[in-house]
Amino acid sequence: MHLDHAHHGPAAVSADSARPDGTRRALRIGLGGPVGSGKTATVAALCRTLRDELSIAVVTNDIYTREDAAFLLREAVLPPERIQAVETGACPHTAIRDDISANLEAVEDLEDSIAPLDLILVESGGDNLTATFSKGLVDAQIFVIDVAGGDDIPRKGGPGVTTSDLLVINKTDLAPHVGSDLEGMARDAGAQRGELPVAFTSLKSEDGVKPVADWVRGQLAAWTA
Amino acid sequence: MSVRATARITAALDGRGVTSLPVLAGDGPLAPRRTRTPTGSGARVTVVGAMSAPLGGDRLTIVTRVGEGARLTVDSAAATVALPGEGCEPATYETELSVGERAELRWLPEQFVSAHGSVLHMTTRVRLAPTARLVLREEQILGRHAETTGTLISRLTVHRAGRPLIDQQLAYGPGAPGGWDGAAVLGGHRAVGQLLVVEPAFDERYPEARLLGDTAVLTPLAGPAVLVTALAADARRLRGVLDEALNELLDAPAG
Amino acid sequence: MSRAALLVLADGRFPAGGHAHSGGAEPAVRAGRIRDAEDLTEFCRGRLHTTGLTAAALAAAAAHGHDPIALDEAADARTPSPALRAVTRRLGRQLMRAARATWPSPELAVLAGARPRGAHQPVVLGLTARSAGLGPEDAAHCAAYETVGAPATAVVRLLSLDPFEATAVLARLAPELDRIAVRAAAAAHGTIDALPAASAPLLDITAEAHAAWPVRLFAS
Repeated sequence: MHLDHAHHGPAAVSADSARPDGTRRALRIGLGGPVGSGKTATVAALCRTLRDELSIAVVTNDIYTREDAAFLLREAVLPPERIQAVETGACPHTAIRDDISANLEAVEDLEDSIAPLDLILVESGGDNLTATFSKGLVDAQIFVIDVAGGDDIPRKGGPGVTTSDLLVINKTDLAPHVGSDLEGMARDAGAQRGELPVAFTSLKSEDGVKPVADWVRGQLAAWTA
Repeated sequence: MSVRATARITAALDGRGVTSLPVLAGDGPLAPRRTRTPTGSGARVTVVGAMSAPLGGDRLTIVTRVGEGARLTVDSAAATVALPGEGCEPATYETELSVGERAELRWLPEQFVSAHGSVLHMTTRVRLAPTARLVLREEQILGRHAETTGTLISRLTVHRAGRPLIDQQLAYGPGAPGGWDGAAVLGGHRAVGQLLVVEPAFDERYPEARLLGDTAVLTPLAGPAVLVTALAADARRLRGVLDEALNELLDAPAG
Repeated sequence: MSRAALLVLADGRFPAGGHAHSGGAEPAVRAGRIRDAEDLTEFCRGRLHTTGLTAAALAAAAAHGHDPIALDEAADARTPSPALRAVTRRLGRQLMRAARATWPSPELAVLAGARPRGAHQPVVLGLTARSAGLGPEDAAHCAAYETVGAPATAVVRLLSLDPFEATAVLARLAPELDRIAVRAAAAAHGTIDALPAASAPLLDITAEAHAAWPVRLFAS
């Protein structure tokens, strides 16, 4: 016996849509956005809403080790074997965009250990407005901002705001308290994004993540079509 | 005048199931003597340094074979101090050990001390049968009391069932490549030790890696063996860490 | 051979996962053993002449054409820390992915199949160099450079060390790095058992300590 390796099939080379055994792999959706905008809370809410209908796993990318993974474990949104933390060497945007190898490995490990999987959510560590996911890692990406971070963020744009497949504007319940103009944010987002969808969420309210969950269901339907 | 000497020890199981020593041959400064075993099982040999050795240019070799089923402990009467010789040639100290099927060797010599100005190249090669057991301790003390160290280069290679199990070279002192005393290698410590325990029963249950204080660690190897790597300020503290680890590993119900 | 291929492979932006690793620098900074550029130099020099030489020789031997599985075994024997074995296998797996996308070859595919959880990184690096048409000394250069490049980059982040100073550290080590690469490449012509096995006790000890930290910036 050898201590270090238990072997199974060879690893895939890239982000092919099929696994090495020819079966279709899980849909991968990335969630990015600034620190504190509610990425992890959105992931947790998505897991709670979708876990009875879909086989889900999560990959977290933290600045410090595995805080986000630890939060998801504490909240018990998924069994621990469905949550993997990637360590990013203090550069979460590098791990989701420039050098995606550790994330691809985590995704593959989840696919190998928990078959079949329908959906893998890849959460970026809190970063700045320029952080986007590589197309080699995810099939679609959600960018999460919040009303408290400043209602001028949609107007300022940046790759996350303008090109993400879904822009989530979170914490709408706080808008009156922080003096944010939701209509203005919607208008600015529309101007930056054209046809790309925008969802307003308040995770505090019952089923507040529904617009995002519905969008994910739509993505999955297209993926498996 | 430099010395070339080879001592030989062979342990074998006799017809009554007792470990005997058919070969016990000293040479030059290396004098192996049969001594009493504290536990009463197996044979024990103590290497007595008959003169100060090794000096620069000396070539010393110990060859030890433990035959099938035999049990042998080898220790030494005192620390071995490497001293400078007349020329600039290094001293060499080679240890060749082989342990047969179901045999056991405990190789527990005293420290090697690298005196100022000395150059010593140590080589330890071990060949283990698949069911052999081994306990091997190596301690290197860099400099006698309050002196700068000599140069010490030491390689330990163990093959088990013909496959490499551990292969490590340590190099310290003025003749070693740079950075040996820096934050990656010694970090200012002057006593370095290793304890290797090869135990086929580890195949079933590996001891877990763990720290033994700030500057020592017990690590399971890729094969059925653990290595304790320890750094300490001096020989006494180093021995304390290694002894504690040894007692724990031998007491564990692995074997 | 293509000299540009060497630049592509040695580039810190080559996407093979290295950016998340400090090469033992994070625990050394925490313990106060690396405080400035001078400490970093001695750390990198020690690492270069120990695990750097060993990794460079394994990489050179793989580039030379030695059996990668036997080299993987030799790497195991030269890596007593299970935390470090896990790290170099993970990095080997990540490099394998990048290598098969950039310089695909039957040899890489065979090793990927034999070690799906990752062969030791220096072995994959050597085989990658071979697939890129590079020689043993090139592979050794890459491996040796990585062993000092990772800590230097990490210390810039960990200590906010002046990046010019950190890069100057690497530049000062360049002649030694060249000598290590030459030695490693020469050793690659011998047997696998005779490859260098230089090791660094503190790196082995602190790697296990670091792997148990609940909060850290780098994966190793």
